[in-house]
Amino acid sequence: MNSPATMLLEKNLREVSMRNIWTIAKREYDHYFISPIAYVVAFMILLTIGIIFAINIYFFIQNAFQSFGQTPDISPLTGAFAFLLVLSVPALTMRLLSDEARMGTLELLLTAPLRDFELVAGKWLGSFLFILTIVVITLVYPIILNFVLVDPGIDQQLMLSSYLGIILVAAAFLALGVGISALFTNQVAAFFVTLSVFVFLWWLIGFPASVLQGSASEVFQYLDMKTHFYNALNMGSIKLADLVYFVSLIALGLFIGTTAIETRRWR
Amino acid sequence: MIQVNGLTKDYGARRAISDLTFDAEQGEIVGFLGPNGAGKTTTMRILAGYMPPTDGTATVAGYDVVEESLEVRKRVGYLPETVPLYSDMTALEYLKFMADLRHIPNSKERAYETLERVNLSDRADSYIGNFSKGMRQRVGLAQALIHRPEVLILDEPTIGLDPAQVVEMRSVIREIGKDRTVLLSTHILPEAQQICDRVLIINKGSIVAEDTPENLQSRLVGSQRVVLRVRGDSDGLSAKITKIKGVRDVDSKPDGSVEFEFAAGQDIRPQVAKTIVQGGYDLLEMRPIGMSLEEIFLELTRDNASGKKSS
Repeated sequence: MNSPATMLLEKNLREVSMRNIWTIAKREYDHYFISPIAYVVAFMILLTIGIIFAINIYFFIQNAFQSFGQTPDISPLTGAFAFLLVLSVPALTMRLLSDEARMGTLELLLTAPLRDFELVAGKWLGSFLFILTIVVITLVYPIILNFVLVDPGIDQQLMLSSYLGIILVAAAFLALGVGISALFTNQVAAFFVTLSVFVFLWWLIGFPASVLQGSASEVFQYLDMKTHFYNALNMGSIKLADLVYFVSLIALGLFIGTTAIETRRWR
Repeated sequence: MIQVNGLTKDYGARRAISDLTFDAEQGEIVGFLGPNGAGKTTTMRILAGYMPPTDGTATVAGYDVVEESLEVRKRVGYLPETVPLYSDMTALEYLKFMADLRHIPNSKERAYETLERVNLSDRADSYIGNFSKGMRQRVGLAQALIHRPEVLILDEPTIGLDPAQVVEMRSVIREIGKDRTVLLSTHILPEAQQICDRVLIINKGSIVAEDTPENLQSRLVGSQRVVLRVRGDSDGLSAKITKIKGVRDVDSKPDGSVEFEFAAGQDIRPQVAKTIVQGGYDLLEMRPIGMSLEEIFLELTRDNASGKKSS
């Protein structure tokens, strides 16, 4: 663990200023509240989750006799939430760095005493806090379920695991979105590339796993993003392999973003 | 304060600046004068820590712009040519954001003070998106001043302003430049003469002249060109004028006017006037033609070429 590379990494990480990251994140977070697209995304997520919640409750009550003794759980809600993130995160991240480049304000940030990584991480943190706000609002549904509708309460460990899953999926998507946004000057281009990458990671990359055999199959199985959510966290299992997967994606996204910004300087 | 040595920058195959060497002392206002595309912005971006040079070194406030870029950026205030502003923020919010990025304590008070300094405190809570060009320029300047930097780099600070705003901006810059180093770029010759202690003329990525504005002017304006308009036979007149001592390069224009040149320092206009009157012509106009920046550049590049030949 004491190779020169790790020592260099440690030195760089120690020098990173949380204060700078926070300044950027705060500005970005505030910006979402004056941005129509952020309200549209928040409205879409909250409305869809609300409708799914109502439908679930309706069916649960209709089938009350069959489901006697079972507790309703919230995995249908979080499952739909993850799908909504595929569609909405590109809209939240597309302009984060591409618009700075287009408006020329990137020049301001790149001549401020701010490391490139701090800029990218701050943008990511700001968007993450916005998604986190939406996630916190959706907590009303499980709370209603737990305290108002179901007598013994819901499976709280499953709820924690599912929500952790949502937060990790959002964090990984946002990091990739920020990274891709740094590659573009046009936010529409950033949107579609981000969406394509998400579709690929979420639905397509796992496909070879069902065709191939042996270890090759396992590799693609591991790369498949939705299995790390639907077949693990959203079913109540918190395993290190899944956590490592999401944290790696976050690191990859921030690395792409930082490298893209550094490359802009050299051009 | 600023030391530049052999600075070179290539964009792909195109060389934007080549082998620039100059320096600027503390408390000096240095003007970068040159046409568009001469390499002014590139040089300033390198000095502000925006991008690294291809070759050569530059130190600002004692720190290398590549190796210690963050230290340089802490000490430099930079106003880019396209003023980088967030139109969704108020002037005060924007300056507070910049002050926070620079770790200034009591950032809000400092932001307000800086707005007062550029005479915008009455618009502190207005959105930048509604600002006029001149106000935007002032917010941009406030952003460059907010951390009271040792070195200020201003890229075309007066471009796009109306005449009153230009005068105001110039006086602000002169005021600021009393105790810090200012490097500013412009393509307006009188502006460089008014503000700067020293002028660097840059063309096609190289410095072609460097001097105080006064010296530069007397060097450049080695000859004065005059246009003359009379009623009557102008061809006969140009023959008479050619005979006057000191006159050279006489040229009869198709529109009937006559142009000639004489060496600066020996004004022969009275003799010319006498000749005209004695010849019985009615003098309509006698007007010196100022040398445009373009002519100065032509002059300077011509000097360079001939200098190389002779050496």
